[in-house]
Amino acid sequence: MYGNDFSAPDDAPGGGLLGEVEAAEAALREAAARARRGGPAPDEDLEAYFADVIDADQKIEPRDWMPEAYRKTLIRQIAQHAHSEIIGMQPEGNWISRAPSLKRKAILLAKVQDEAGHGLYLYAAAETLGISRDELVELLISGRQKYSSIFNYPTLTWADVGAIGWLVDGAAIVNQVPLCRCSYGPYARAMIRVCKEESFHQRQGYEILHTLAHGTPGQKAMAQDAIDRWWYPSLAMFGPPDGDSTHSAQSMAWKIKRFSNDDLRQRFVDMCVQQAEILGLRIPDPDLRWNDERQGYDYTQPDYDELLQVIKGNGPCNRQRMEHRRRAHADGAWVREAAAAYAAKRAEKNKEKVAA
Amino acid sequence: MNGPFDFVLSLGDDALIAAQRLGEWTSRAPEMEEDIALANIALDQLGAARLLLTYAGELEGAGRDEDALAFLRDDREFHNCLLVELPNGDFAVTMAKLFFLSAYQLPLYTALAGCADERLAAIGAKARKESAYHLDHASLWVKRLGDGTEESHRRMQAAVDEVWPYTHELFAADPAAPVDPATLRADFDATVSAVLDEATLTRPADGWMPGGGRDGMHSEHLSFLLAEMQVLHRAHPGAKW
Repeated sequence: MYGNDFSAPDDAPGGGLLGEVEAAEAALREAAARARRGGPAPDEDLEAYFADVIDADQKIEPRDWMPEAYRKTLIRQIAQHAHSEIIGMQPEGNWISRAPSLKRKAILLAKVQDEAGHGLYLYAAAETLGISRDELVELLISGRQKYSSIFNYPTLTWADVGAIGWLVDGAAIVNQVPLCRCSYGPYARAMIRVCKEESFHQRQGYEILHTLAHGTPGQKAMAQDAIDRWWYPSLAMFGPPDGDSTHSAQSMAWKIKRFSNDDLRQRFVDMCVQQAEILGLRIPDPDLRWNDERQGYDYTQPDYDELLQVIKGNGPCNRQRMEHRRRAHADGAWVREAAAAYAAKRAEKNKEKVAA
Repeated sequence: MNGPFDFVLSLGDDALIAAQRLGEWTSRAPEMEEDIALANIALDQLGAARLLLTYAGELEGAGRDEDALAFLRDDREFHNCLLVELPNGDFAVTMAKLFFLSAYQLPLYTALAGCADERLAAIGAKARKESAYHLDHASLWVKRLGDGTEESHRRMQAAVDEVWPYTHELFAADPAAPVDPATLRADFDATVSAVLDEATLTRPADGWMPGGGRDGMHSEHLSFLLAEMQVLHRAHPGAKW
């Protein structure tokens, strides 16, 4: 593999978050090393046992009893995350054939390949909850499960590849770093691995923008235009404001979620402002300013009506993304059937060999 | 062909155009594992292309780097074989192309690894390991599709029939080259026959033998491929990316 040979620039962002991922990984090892209770006593209330494990900051594992609603919430969330990785290959894949240098083409190919890997890894995590990948893929294709709204926006220029790396992957990391400490073991472990690679992708996106912002006037304008278009959709990735978020309270009690949508959004804004300054690019919010009292930036909220429309299927690319996914799945059906038939024939032959 | 520059350039072009076609599969593969595999192979081909084009630029001595060679030549100046520029078609056509390409590249890179030119030997040593993986992957799919369902058998045979004529160009004799492609034919034939037999597929008869790629005489497909590949680079002359 040539894809991961590329080093990141020294002044790139992501260092602090990566440190948190590593801390979460260490905490996970510690929790695993602490002798966990072997299981509920014969006469113990299962719900009380489950609550005990969560309170002790230990991990729920696939064989453990869990409330049905906890299982369903996790399936929904992990599946949506997996679907997002798979649909997310499209907007960036759109530029592989036109990448402006061979090095950038290689980096982008490697990144999109990583996303497919994340999708697989997350489907595997969801499967530990008792649902099959085929069922989940069917739920995506039939539109009954969602993927991240951000991938319904088009990639119109090369700079969009940089903006997706810096802003979209950046928002994803801010969202996902706390999930490295989520109460469900397989999801927490998946997130540690995913976050490390995402952090790398974010640096690469930042590097693309940095090069453009210090290039020709045409390149700099291209970079600014991309940020102007991706800023608010990226802010909207954190979900509706806390008052309107339906799943939040229960998810926080179960330690699936650890921070509110608005807390994470604030953290993302604070992180981006400094990085935009280094890039020499402008965040498209005239009301963005430091609030000394709160020790954070005041900013203009994204348009949540627009977010709602995109979630409902009415964003710029919803139809295109779904059609693309459905077509790939349908066009590949004969290949999957062939692979299954071939495997069955081989198994039959092996059986004959063993019998003879 | 004349001289090592043309030879190295033609191998670099093979790998570059193959990578470009494989990259088109991204997010379109029949299953997720295959999306990863095709991207992986595309990356390998692109990696080899970068090494070969960089070296070709040095041999030429005119200051052209990998990007100048990839983005600023027209189709009449490309020396790739026709096989790699053919459209992807269905999955069977893609696998037939990859199978024939890797059955040629594996003995080619293996021979290069032992040639007198140190740079080429190093590139060959690196690339042959990847080619072995590509050949393995494509062979397995040729067998799965050939010996899978009736439908997949029909498609795989049609793909082999369609692509086969383009393999002859790969072995045109070039005694002056660091590795004469004509010497790779026996190895290629042995690999291909064994896999096609196991896949219950028939090796097509030799007849039509299209060629010209090595001399910059391409199919109508290449110009479109280059238009897409080069559009952004050419729109910003002299820019860094």
